[in-house]
Formats: sequence, structure tokens, C-alpha cells
Amino acid sequence: MARRFNTGYYISEGFHSIFTHGFMSFAAVCMTVACLLIMGSFSLVALNLEHMLGDLEAENELIAYVEEDYTEEQARALQSSLEAIPNVSNVTFMTRREALDAFLEGHEDNPLYNELPDETLRDRYHIHVDDIELMAKTWSAVESLEGVALVRGAMKVAQGFIMVRNIATGVAIALIAMLVLISLFIIANTIKLATFYRREEIAIMKMCGATNAFVRWPFVVEGMLLGLCGALVAFFLQWGLYEAVARVVVQGNGLSLVTMVSFTTMIRYILPAFCGAGLIIGVGGSLLAIRKFLQV
Amino acid sequence: MIRLIDVHKEYDNGTKALKGIDLRIDDGEFVFLVGPSGSGKSTVIKLITGEIAATEGKLMVNGYNLNNISGRQIPYMRRTLGIIFQDFRLIEKKTVYENLAFVMRAIGASPKELKRRIPYVLELVGLDEKAKQYPGQLSGGEQQRVAIARALVNNPSMIIADEPTGNLDPQRSLEIMMLLERINELGTTMLVVTHERALVNRFAKRVVAIEDGRIISDETGGYYNGETI
Repeated sequence: MARRFNTGYYISEGFHSIFTHGFMSFAAVCMTVACLLIMGSFSLVALNLEHMLGDLEAENELIAYVEEDYTEEQARALQSSLEAIPNVSNVTFMTRREALDAFLEGHEDNPLYNELPDETLRDRYHIHVDDIELMAKTWSAVESLEGVALVRGAMKVAQGFIMVRNIATGVAIALIAMLVLISLFIIANTIKLATFYRREEIAIMKMCGATNAFVRWPFVVEGMLLGLCGALVAFFLQWGLYEAVARVVVQGNGLSLVTMVSFTTMIRYILPAFCGAGLIIGVGGSLLAIRKFLQV
Repeated sequence: MIRLIDVHKEYDNGTKALKGIDLRIDDGEFVFLVGPSGSGKSTVIKLITGEIAATEGKLMVNGYNLNNISGRQIPYMRRTLGIIFQDFRLIEKKTVYENLAFVMRAIGASPKELKRRIPYVLELVGLDEKAKQYPGQLSGGEQQRVAIARALVNNPSMIIADEPTGNLDPQRSLEIMMLLERINELGTTMLVVTHERALVNRFAKRVVAIEDGRIISDETGGYYNGETI
């Protein structure tokens, strides 16, 4: 008589019990929504902070000055060697003349600078790096290149960025991990309440010879459906909330000091993340909740 | 078949519920297990159903050795038993048919098997007209019949009835006991735990009396004087 797996039955039971225990299902979805909104909002704040730091990092550059006795051709020949250095993302050559023009910009009326010869400044390279954390290594590699006389850059600023980013990332990960755990226990308790009403049913099934898996699966399906439902509601609420906050930030941010990542560009990451978190919370909560009631 | 050899049970709080029980129930037998409250009757039932483990002694239930049974095997052992409770334990939100169907599904029965078996069992207990009703719409006696049908529906080799008439009036109690006797005559072993002296004596079956964790008498066709009840 025994069949090993009855998917149709598990799905139909899981689906049914959501409506049979409507209020508890509503409570579980609300808890999932609240937890995901808190986690999502915090993650988005962390992501935007990271984005802004990234922008600032991208502006951080090294300047490599070429030996004075190098001709422009010799100086230009260094570009490929510089580009070959690991962590170098972008190399821009600037001739002595261009460097002087940039220096004189804004000083056109000052007679002191009127007759400066083209050779006053050196040929130079503006170098951007991929990872600001590896800036010191890149600096050494550029400095050791033959033809490079001097390297300058805002190393302390770079180290400051690294520290801020590391602290922000650490705090974000720790808080999100804590929130996931708290959510899991809140959901588990909510589902446990729902399960408590059905302990008699579970006990009867167990006494009739139902295996733990048979009892557990409908609850897992129910947890999955509740988790997914909560994730979708939370996703759309998060979207609305984010757009509202973004509008306020744009209105009160005349100097564009704060930039926010567009929500639509993140949907392909946020939606799966919400659904995944909803599933984990729903299924994890169900498994935690039912564990005690299976001991019959 | 059930076999208990020198079974002792001591609970975590130090209560010695059973102090060396020897009991053998063969296939097809009808046995009354009688005794006062706290005598150890419920402990015997819990040991047989695998809810608790014995502290000492040997237990065999329908071919399963409960001394070294694994957690995974317990559901399969329980499928050889049908259990009837004093308080019926029906699911109020399910109809009579669904109450039976869900225990059949619990052991993996197909929809076809449900359709074939449930009407047969309901007819056996005289409730074939009430399949679509909810437990709340039935009398106490009818609810106990549903519980009997539920115990019977998976075709167990033995039924354990724990005070099956405890919540019923004398007439309904007699009807239920006659139904259990009929089921026994169809080949199902029956172990009935009861306080009902009149019923025990009326049916003249094997009576096992237990008191203070020990079997004090075991007589086939015996009577129970009821002094200890």
C-alpha cells in the first residue's frame, strides 16, 4: 500500500492549510514582510553607501611622472607597460604641454606664468586602479618601472576609504545575519502557533503510522508558499518605499552630493534575493516549528 | 502478537509504573485490560505503541522487537495497530470520510484504495449514511464508531481501544463493545482497556487485571470483581 512520495498530496495539503488557518497564515506573511522589509532596507542603504564609496574611490588616482630626459615618444612607449601592471584599470597620458595648460587654466591673466617654457613640467600618466585596497602594491609596481621618475597619489585618502568601506561592509553583514536569525525565530514562532492548533492532527497521523517526512512535507510546502507570498509583498513595498526615499533625496540634494542606485537596475538581484530569503525563512521556520510536534 | 517479558518502566520523575509485567496476546484474541487509575494500564498501551521505551524487559509487537527498534521503523510498526481513544480524537474540520481518508493517506494509500476501503469500513460500523457529516453533527456513540472505523481503515492486525466507552451511556457502550467483538470475530486482535465492570463481565473474554504495576490476574472467560476500580 505504501508509496514513497506523494507530491500532489503535499502541495494540495500545504495550499489548503494556508486557507484553513487563514489568520495564522496572514500573521506569518505579515511577519515575513516586516522582516524582509527591515533586512531589505538595511541592505539597500549599505549598497548605496558602497556605491557612493565606489564613486569616490574611482576618483582616486596615481600620477606617474616620466623621467625629464625622456622624449614624448619614449614617454608614450611606457603606456603599454603601465597598462600591463595588475590592478591598473585605466591609464591616461598627458604631455608636458597639456600639463602646463591644465596648470595655467584660471591663471591666464597672471603675468608671472605668461612665458613659462613647455618643458617646465614633466610628461605624466594618470592611473586609475580597480581595487583601492591594492593601491600600495600598484604604486610600487609603477614606481619600479624604468622611465618613471616619481609617483604621487593620495594614499592616506585611499586608506581612509578602505577603512570606511571595511567597517560599513562588516557592520552590514553582521546586522543582516542578525536580522536573518531574528526573522527565522519570529517566523518559526508564528508557524509554531499555527502548528500548535494542529498538534492533535499530527499526533493522530503519527499514531496511525505516518512517517515524519509525510507529516513534515505539507508544512514545508506551506512555509514555502507563505515565504514566497511574503517575499513578493515585501518586494513591491520595498520598491515603493525606495522610490519615495529616492524622490526625497533628489529634492533635498541640490549639490548632488548623494547619489542613489536606481531600483530598476537592481531588480534582477533584489527579486531573487527576496524570494530566496522568503523561502529560507518560510521553510526554515516550518522545520523549526514542527520539530517538537513530531516527537510522538 | 504481543509479548511482554518482565517489563519494567520507571519514569524520569522516579515513578515506577510497571514492576515486571509478563503478558502474551496471540493473534485473534480479545483481551480486556482492567485495573484502577494509576495501575499502569496506560503505560502498557504507550509501550506497545512505541510512545515510550521500557526501562527493562523484552517487548515484541506484531513481529517488531521494540527493544532495538529504530525511529524510522516505528511508523511501520504502528501501521500494524489501530488505536481508539476515549475522547475519540476526531478532526472537527474534516468530514467523517475525510477523517478516515487522511489516515489512509498517511500510510501512502492511493485515491483508488481510499474509494474502495472507506465505504466498506463505514458500512461495517453502520455509518455509511454519515460519510459527509462533520464530527460535531454526530452523537457520542456515532463519533466513537467513526474512531473505530478510523482504527480499522488501514486494516491493522490488532486494535487497541483505550477506554472506548468512557464517554458513552450504557446502551451506547454496549453497542460499541458488540461492534468491537464483531470486528474481533472477523480476525482482528483486540486489546480493550476499560473501567466498565458490567461490560467486562457480560462479554466473558480474557481479562488481564493490573494493579500497582503488576498483573494480579489473567483469566480467559474471566470476571472482574471491580473492587479495585
